[in-house]
Amino acid sequence: MAVIDQSKIRNFCIIAHIDHGKSTLADRIIEKTGLLTSREMQAQVLDNMELERERGITIKAQTVRIIYNAKDGNEYIFNLIDTPGHVDFNYEVSRALAACDGAVLVVDAAQGIEAQTLANVYLALDHDLDVFPVINKIDLPSAEPERVKNEIEDVIGIEAQDAPLISAKNGIGIEDVLEAIVEKIPAPKGSPDNPLQALIFDSVYDSYKGVIVFCRIMEGRVAKGTAIKMMATGATAEVVEVGYFGPGQFIPCDELSAGMVGYLTASIKNVKDTAVGDTVTDLNAPCAEPLPGYKKVNSMVYCGMYPADGAKYPDLRDALEKLKLNDASLNYEPETSVALGFGFRCGFLGLLHLEIIQERLEREYNLDLVTTAPGVIYRVHKTDGEMIELTNPSNLPDPAQIAYMEEPIVSAEIMVTTEFIGPIMQLCQERRGRYISTEYIEATRALIKYDLPLNEIIYDFFDALKSRSRGYASFDYEMKGYEESKLVRLDILINHDEVDALSFIVHADSAYERGRKMCEKLKDEIPRHLFEIPIQAAVGGKIIARETVKAMRKDVLAKCYGGDITRKKKLLEKQKEGKKRMRQVGNVEIPQSAFMSVLKLDDK
Amino acid sequence: MKELSIYIHIPFCVRKCLYCDFLSFSVGTGSDDGDNYVNQIAPANEKKIESYVNLLCDEIRCSAPPYGQYRVISIFFGGGTPSLLPVGTVSRILDWIREHYHVAEDAEITIEMNPETVDEKKLKEYITCGINRLSIGLQSADDAELKRIGRIHDYRTFEKVYRAARRIGFDNINIDVMSALPDQNLDDYMRTLRQVTALAPEHVSAYSLTLEDDTPLCDRRAEFRFPTDEEEREMYRRTGEYLAENGYHRYEISNYAREGFECRHNKVYWQRGNYIGFGLGAASMAENVRWNDPVDMERYQAYVEQLARSTDKTGGRRIRENDVKLFDLQPLTVREQMEEFMFLGLRMMRGVDGQTFYEVFGESMEELYGKVIDKLCGYGVLVREQGRIRLTEQGIDVSNFVMSQFLFD
Repeated sequence: MAVIDQSKIRNFCIIAHIDHGKSTLADRIIEKTGLLTSREMQAQVLDNMELERERGITIKAQTVRIIYNAKDGNEYIFNLIDTPGHVDFNYEVSRALAACDGAVLVVDAAQGIEAQTLANVYLALDHDLDVFPVINKIDLPSAEPERVKNEIEDVIGIEAQDAPLISAKNGIGIEDVLEAIVEKIPAPKGSPDNPLQALIFDSVYDSYKGVIVFCRIMEGRVAKGTAIKMMATGATAEVVEVGYFGPGQFIPCDELSAGMVGYLTASIKNVKDTAVGDTVTDLNAPCAEPLPGYKKVNSMVYCGMYPADGAKYPDLRDALEKLKLNDASLNYEPETSVALGFGFRCGFLGLLHLEIIQERLEREYNLDLVTTAPGVIYRVHKTDGEMIELTNPSNLPDPAQIAYMEEPIVSAEIMVTTEFIGPIMQLCQERRGRYISTEYIEATRALIKYDLPLNEIIYDFFDALKSRSRGYASFDYEMKGYEESKLVRLDILINHDEVDALSFIVHADSAYERGRKMCEKLKDEIPRHLFEIPIQAAVGGKIIARETVKAMRKDVLAKCYGGDITRKKKLLEKQKEGKKRMRQVGNVEIPQSAFMSVLKLDDK
Repeated sequence: MKELSIYIHIPFCVRKCLYCDFLSFSVGTGSDDGDNYVNQIAPANEKKIESYVNLLCDEIRCSAPPYGQYRVISIFFGGGTPSLLPVGTVSRILDWIREHYHVAEDAEITIEMNPETVDEKKLKEYITCGINRLSIGLQSADDAELKRIGRIHDYRTFEKVYRAARRIGFDNINIDVMSALPDQNLDDYMRTLRQVTALAPEHVSAYSLTLEDDTPLCDRRAEFRFPTDEEEREMYRRTGEYLAENGYHRYEISNYAREGFECRHNKVYWQRGNYIGFGLGAASMAENVRWNDPVDMERYQAYVEQLARSTDKTGGRRIRENDVKLFDLQPLTVREQMEEFMFLGLRMMRGVDGQTFYEVFGESMEELYGKVIDKLCGYGVLVREQGRIRLTEQGIDVSNFVMSQFLFD
């Protein structure tokens, strides 16, 4: 294999707001450089999980190496690192950016800059990446490339007048983008002769090869047989294979050296040992310092997951184990609920991450799940000085032992056209937001900043935002820290029995409102029984709301059809089938959907 | 000799009632929705009915061989409207049954009638051919109510037929009434009940109207006020009280009779006796095997032809294994039989008997169902009495729920 000229390598990513065409542009680049003919291309090669295609989002970072013959007559190696496109995966985005030397910023010619665009650009600039913009969807009737160019220059402060005008969908202007990558993105630095220093930006588990570590070599070199060490986790291993990324396949090579992007395998059994952001070095000739920016990823959102059929508990455990192999940010531990039996308390990066895991469990592992209301991690400071990180409301200590509680707060940025500033600010106030500032980006658009409690935005904030701005608002946030807050646990009693799986932590001021809605919702969910069922919401043993499910008055079939017992039995069986999907709490049968109903309290 | 009951299905009506989702076709002149019907079978349909009766007779004949050792204790002509059959047809069918089965001397033989389709001539035919029980569909004594639910007769016609039947000598007559009709209140309903008891029939069937999907009445339900569940249950409660005061006891959820006049055929269903049904969609259960005739006329014809071939080939001995496939036989497992024993038996007011359960299955009802029974007794929907269990008044109201509890997981 020919020695690779470092000056002919371009490591870059594409950043964009969701739906602005990032993955489509990636596909076009791959297609143009001849790796695949367009016939071979399945739309959006890089989003290769079924779920990703369906949702049109990138969940895991994907990477591909492309050869491009530039107009200057030289052959260039492009390493395109596609980054996840959602705020839940911010840390993964930051590590993927750190593996790059530059970024292509895709901006929609009609919509202009959005909150997420800004967040990603700032993230890229923070990593010292050279960013150049391209204006996408110029073929749309509503495209205003000139306005968008000016907006980019005004708001972000980067040169945009010569930005390629493209339509990724229709393959217009792709050549210009490729040339711009050669010109505007710097070649990687670093020397193959320095001690090995490689950044892990992702890893996947393969049942034959073990963990496949995606890395960017910053300094030094690595080859088969190199003894390596992960500097943060301390794991050591001997490299079995190194290589680079073909589209949809791994292509082995002899060596990876400074400036290159590729993978290595070393018979590593668990992705836990290859944490994203960690630095790989040579065990025998280590580098002096790990690369900056490593952070242990913590779950932000927790919920209980239970198999609908109790007998499927081992299946759920196996499925979580398998998903965890590939997803270091998924946490779970067994828990039991009086109402739901055996299950797991699972931790996620955010609600999207939760939904993705839930869907994968249901689809890929064929499990029917009951999920409890997601919550955040509260810090409970006890009177004896101990601090508990609370992930399950049931574990809240006795109020007498609690000195005070804290909840996580995020800094949120909402980009919105000026006509919706009022409704959006009202929404933030309702969600206990603390107003920080409003900046006008141009005459008609503003960036509103709020500090918001995380537990107010995990369920349906994004939906509310969209509906109150007719879809125009965009939103991004990052963790700010913990703040003291007046929090209480809201308990639900059904027929005087407390149902642990329905408890949740709520701000004292909204307890009454939430309790009332919860009771109303449950009243509709719980079928009539032979007796009256009181549904009560309580805080600290004090009832704050009540509804009643009236007793069943009539369930009788007057007539049977000329001895057609089969028809009668089917009816009874249907009734019994319904019972199976119920959970027994005391004397009351609660449909499984009721446990998820807490999520939908804001349904009108 | 073992006992057997026979059901004959006549799937034709002059016009279908607006609430009806039974297997039956309109064969009268005039349109289904119009008020201007004529009580006559459209000439085009006469042939259809005749060929149906021929098929029916074929089915009766070809089904007979396995039942050589059975004594027929009841025959029931149901529908549809069996009384719309032309004069002579019912006696022809009955003769045909007698030719191929051992019909007991004292067999209960019932025919359902719509008053509008019967005259003295037919009544005389019925009594002559051995029919000894009439079931007359009145439903309401209020002509406006009758019209609202699409009945083709009025009260006067009904009363005329009823009195004629008495005169001719029928001494076992059932009258069907319905509660919870559109725009009906409790007083309206009680008036019907009073008029019915004044005629002193031996038996009263009192059903509450159930709005079935895809019936014209269901489609038009917004035009009417229907009694609430509470009002409907009150009607039901008052039915029991009023009829009891007048000498009728409730022996099944919807059936009331003077002492000794319970419908024998009806009880066979609930007590899991053997019965075979002939005709379109008819249901059968014999020796713990259930089956249903096809509900589609063409398929029914093919079915009867197949039955004839298989009977002729085997000289009358039907081969079980083949029959299972050909005739969609559903042999019941012991557990299914137990379930049926419970949920069918509970429709009877006397309930089910632990001793009988043991005799039939060789297992203890209490051991199998003790927990369920305890729970339901605790709710007050079931009572235990000297080895029997039965529904309470409250249990009747929620009988589907109670019965479903006896199905195994």
